[in-house]
Amino acid sequence: MSSSDIAIKADNLTRRFGPITAVDGLSLSIEKAQVYGFLGPNGSGKSTAIRMLCGLLKPTAGTVSVLGFELPEQADAVRSRIGYMTQEFSLYEDMTVLENLRFLSTIYALPRQQRRERVEQALETYDLRDLQHQFSGTMSGGQRQRLALAAATLHQPELLILDEPTSGVDPQSRRDFWDRLFDLVGHGTTVLLSTHYLDEAERCHQLAILNEGQLVAEGAPAELMNTLDAQVVEIDTSEALKVRHELSQHDQVQSVAQLGTRLHALLDNDIDDPVAEVTRWLKDCDDDIEVSAVSANLEDVFVAATENRQQLEPET
Amino acid sequence: MGWLRSLTRFWAIASKEIKQLARDRLTLAMIIGVPLLEITLFGYAINTDVRQLEAAVADQANTTASRELVRSAEATQVIRVIETVAGPVELKRQLDAGRIDVGIFIPPDFERRLQDLERPAAQLLINGSDPIIANIARQLVRLPAPFTAADRSPAVLEARNYYNPEERTEVQIVPGLIGVILNLTMVLFTAIAIVRERERGNLELLIATPVQRGELILGKIFPYIIIGMIQMNIILFVGTWLFDVPLRGSIWDLYVAAAFFVIATLALGITISTMAKTQFQAMQLTVFTFLPSILLSGFMFPFEGMPEPAQYIGEVLPLTHFVRLTRGIVLRGSELNQLLPELFALTAFSVVMVTIAILRFRKRLD
Repeated sequence: MSSSDIAIKADNLTRRFGPITAVDGLSLSIEKAQVYGFLGPNGSGKSTAIRMLCGLLKPTAGTVSVLGFELPEQADAVRSRIGYMTQEFSLYEDMTVLENLRFLSTIYALPRQQRRERVEQALETYDLRDLQHQFSGTMSGGQRQRLALAAATLHQPELLILDEPTSGVDPQSRRDFWDRLFDLVGHGTTVLLSTHYLDEAERCHQLAILNEGQLVAEGAPAELMNTLDAQVVEIDTSEALKVRHELSQHDQVQSVAQLGTRLHALLDNDIDDPVAEVTRWLKDCDDDIEVSAVSANLEDVFVAATENRQQLEPET
Repeated sequence: MGWLRSLTRFWAIASKEIKQLARDRLTLAMIIGVPLLEITLFGYAINTDVRQLEAAVADQANTTASRELVRSAEATQVIRVIETVAGPVELKRQLDAGRIDVGIFIPPDFERRLQDLERPAAQLLINGSDPIIANIARQLVRLPAPFTAADRSPAVLEARNYYNPEERTEVQIVPGLIGVILNLTMVLFTAIAIVRERERGNLELLIATPVQRGELILGKIFPYIIIGMIQMNIILFVGTWLFDVPLRGSIWDLYVAAAFFVIATLALGITISTMAKTQFQAMQLTVFTFLPSILLSGFMFPFEGMPEPAQYIGEVLPLTHFVRLTRGIVLRGSELNQLLPELFALTAFSVVMVTIAILRFRKRLD
């Protein structure tokens, strides 16, 4: 892989705010024309990492190069080549859709003719034609998100950086949003986004799981699920509370997560027959119990990666 | 091409700002309302011509001359006699009780004392607890002079007042007031300008774009130059119409002076904007710069009477120079080329402040 195929390269990236280390020695390299996701709980350093990768925050230590430019020295060169969508809606709420798009097309200093074309194109692509004269402050979450994405792509950036783009957006809008992202990727755009939705994380080509500022797992979602350093059993029970309590007594159990009436338990790999073992542990809890071995899903990966540090806290 | 892009982006920021301002009814109302309210309030309330002080008289002479003295004291309108009492003891009692500010005691031998130029003929008792009252009432001391020869005219002492012969405070106040009002609104509007974008989250998006610091800051300042000129016209119009303030110099000179001053205050405001984290902090910082401006600029107190360190601070403030400019142009009919040092001072202030603002403003969140 030649260096020109790399959109972002970060080496030992660290950011401290006073005594708090928000991002701790993050090293990664992101290939072009793919969707790279940051997955992590709130406060795991996703936003801080993203801001450093956009040149909006200066790293305390470490180096970043984006599209071949060094940050923060060459931040200006990077800025005209990236599109950034902030976590909070950051367009002007007292201006209409059209005014916001025109404003940003001018800020990107596109040639006059191109400005008009791109704004027209954006209204079309992002279904904003009917909303063009509406004040952005009065729009729904999904509509705002479309506008924000339209604004971030007006100048056809090589790299799109999105900080939790789908928080507060309904499922249908989220699906449409992802279709649009893959359209962009199909045209060669690199997308870096952060999320705390597992279903979204699973759509990424590459995924980095962050926990407490550190990179705890990285790889393609399928690869992460296949190489999980644990065995997963699914337990169907009506006595979930009791079962959880019982399981937490055993050292070989890494974590337990509940999905409705089913529990997912991650067990150490050195157990030979996990189904038999778990059944034996739980024989006193519930007569009508069903234990089966299942393959790991992304939630199991996430739980395994993040709970090594925070022991057995229920995941939200 | 580079400068053309800069100009494009500058204009994008400026026109966006104008659009937002035009939609912000409260701010729009403030642009018109603040100068109207302030000039009316200041014009009427800051009035150092004290009139109608309540006074009592103890006239123990009770002659034609003594009654003449009281009448002419009343004729100045500085005092209004509300009571006649028996003697100095009663006057003192009324002063102590705060019922009067001035007492006039005319002794029984008033006529004889009048002839004696060595001795004062009558006595003025003054409530000295209020310095302005004391100052004004003391002027009455000059009164007896003409009465040594009642028919003698012109008076023994003639005072002539240039520029404001009617001694109307409004005439002195209004030119400076243009500066005070512009100072307050301009600094406040721009102090909030960048902080507001930061608070609303717009800044994070904006600084991730190729917009340059200078484009952003100058683009933000520009619309307010227009607003400043509108405000100046309002104040000037009300000042001449309501308070009959003469404009002796050229109105174009005044516009030029105001433009220099507006830019200086905007530069100060935008510098504050780069320091404050919240709109509330921006307002506090604005007040912090506003008070010395009012007190040390010569607007309220004569500049020459201030201690030297205070004068140094005053020289740094844009309002000081603008007060000199407007008083010169409006009241003395001066021309701009007589007041060039003040324009230079304002220019220097603006350049320094804008430079600080641009240097302080980082296109980063930390």
